[in-house]
Amino acid sequence: MHNLTIKQMSEKLHSGEITSVQLTQHYLDRISQYDGDLNAFVTVTPELALSMAEAADQKIAAGDAELLTGIPIAHKDIFCTDGIKTSCGSKMLDNFIAPYDAHVVTLLKKIGMPILGKTNMDEFAMGSSSESSYYGPTKNPWDHKAVPGGSSGGSAAVIAAGLAPLATGTDTGGSVRQPASFCGITGIKPTYGAVSRFGIIAYASSFDQAGPLTRSAEDSAWMLNAMAGFDERDSTSLEREKTDYTAELGQSLKGLKIGVPAEYFGAGLDPEVETVIRTAITEVEKLGGEVVEVHLPNKDLAVPAYYVLAPAEASANLSRYDGVRFGYRCDQPQDLEDLYKRSRSEGFGEEVKRRIMVGAYALSAGYYDAYYVKAQQLRRMVRDDFTKAFESCDVIMGPVAPTSAFNIGEKSDDQVSMYLNDLYTIPVNLAGLPALSVPAGFANNRPVGLHIVGPYFSEAKLLNIGHQFQQITDWHKQMPAQYQ
Amino acid sequence: MSLGKTEVEYISRLAQIEVREEDVDGVATKLSNILDLFTQMGAADTQGVEPMAHPLDAVQRFRADVVTEVDQHEKLQAIAPSVTQAHYLVPQVIE
Repeated sequence: MHNLTIKQMSEKLHSGEITSVQLTQHYLDRISQYDGDLNAFVTVTPELALSMAEAADQKIAAGDAELLTGIPIAHKDIFCTDGIKTSCGSKMLDNFIAPYDAHVVTLLKKIGMPILGKTNMDEFAMGSSSESSYYGPTKNPWDHKAVPGGSSGGSAAVIAAGLAPLATGTDTGGSVRQPASFCGITGIKPTYGAVSRFGIIAYASSFDQAGPLTRSAEDSAWMLNAMAGFDERDSTSLEREKTDYTAELGQSLKGLKIGVPAEYFGAGLDPEVETVIRTAITEVEKLGGEVVEVHLPNKDLAVPAYYVLAPAEASANLSRYDGVRFGYRCDQPQDLEDLYKRSRSEGFGEEVKRRIMVGAYALSAGYYDAYYVKAQQLRRMVRDDFTKAFESCDVIMGPVAPTSAFNIGEKSDDQVSMYLNDLYTIPVNLAGLPALSVPAGFANNRPVGLHIVGPYFSEAKLLNIGHQFQQITDWHKQMPAQYQ
Repeated sequence: MSLGKTEVEYISRLAQIEVREEDVDGVATKLSNILDLFTQMGAADTQGVEPMAHPLDAVQRFRADVVTEVDQHEKLQAIAPSVTQAHYLVPQVIE
């Protein structure tokens, strides 16, 4: 059952061939069989999942169902879920039972998608390996020695291992696309503002954007249809008419202009990854695409700019964790400052503390112009590079990450090396553009994703390109042998 | 750029994060490595470039000035570390 596409699953649910309770139980069984080793879930919610599945079956029987009704889902543990622990991978929120649902959760609940549980992640989404979680690292289903990527590593791993048909993720600097690439699955980061941030625990608010993690581009299109849309409770939610992200599926790619930036294939890119990406671009050419050379001259400045801006926003966003209203509180605080300082020092992990300190420093008197303002100027230059590139191409293709998944522990002591792993994904977040990762092959026996970046609001086009690519390749259908 | 003990203590106060005496050197080294990364930004000529805060240069939306939230303090305070009579309890501030 876990090899079906979402559309096939839906057809079986609607025809009565299977019930949502059976489908949900199938995934719950797989979770209990495999997750002990994988550590992809922080919380599994079997009772809730089955009661939601029963309700979904009634909805289907009553003829009141949508395509996704009855299809179970796993939520990244950054999405608030009413009455369920929402830890954000942190000791700080280990005792936090969310008092309300994130907007995305509300939307998917309304459709009738049973919640299987909450997935593991880098603490407060600050990381590229899912190793910084308070609950221990998640393993990559393709190779247990490898990281699944991050920060949505738990969500990517559950899709790759077939422990859930769909999962939510968030992408602040690459946190949907990079784990999708490392785990051999499909993931899309929509245009900034397309999906509501309400109820998603904030890391860097001007970058945070939620997106689906799925097996195929077609599955992502169906899920994005359900997740996206204007929400008045998110002050940066885009007021646009509802988009049908499946609308372009099936269109020909004839005449598609594929921008390939020379800067993407420089030093630091693993030669095996380069071969996979160049081969994948050739496949898209066979479908009618035409390669044009484009330039993104400020690409290398995006990483330092991001690591000023995101920690600066984080230092403000995470000031709410003070041991007073919710979350971790230290024992026996001596005075108010001791309460703040010890609660934060004991509740946050090392990387989160580091980013808060870097952010506070970048915003402090005397450094604000040199760091924060400079980084915001670079942000505009990076955005303008993309705008110029899209004058001569429809989409940009390249790698998601310079390597396939690295080993657990390999980079955990070298932050700067970990940061530089995000050099292809971060510029897209600075610009707020949509971008897709689709599985395109293997390097060093670990999966590699093709990165497809488009202009604002081009998600439907990106998903169709992914879909067409998946009509002539089967990378997205492959599963690690032990999970088949 | 290399940070010393004074800077780490200053940042610790700004961030309200305690850095233990024995950790100061390690924290200083790691923060310094990150700040070194930032110095790469100096290579770019940004003169005359307007800082960008929002990818689509959008402005804040206003909403009608009407009450939208209902009182649910009991639910919200059920997850607080220490509450009495609908007030959050913290260590005594005023003698």
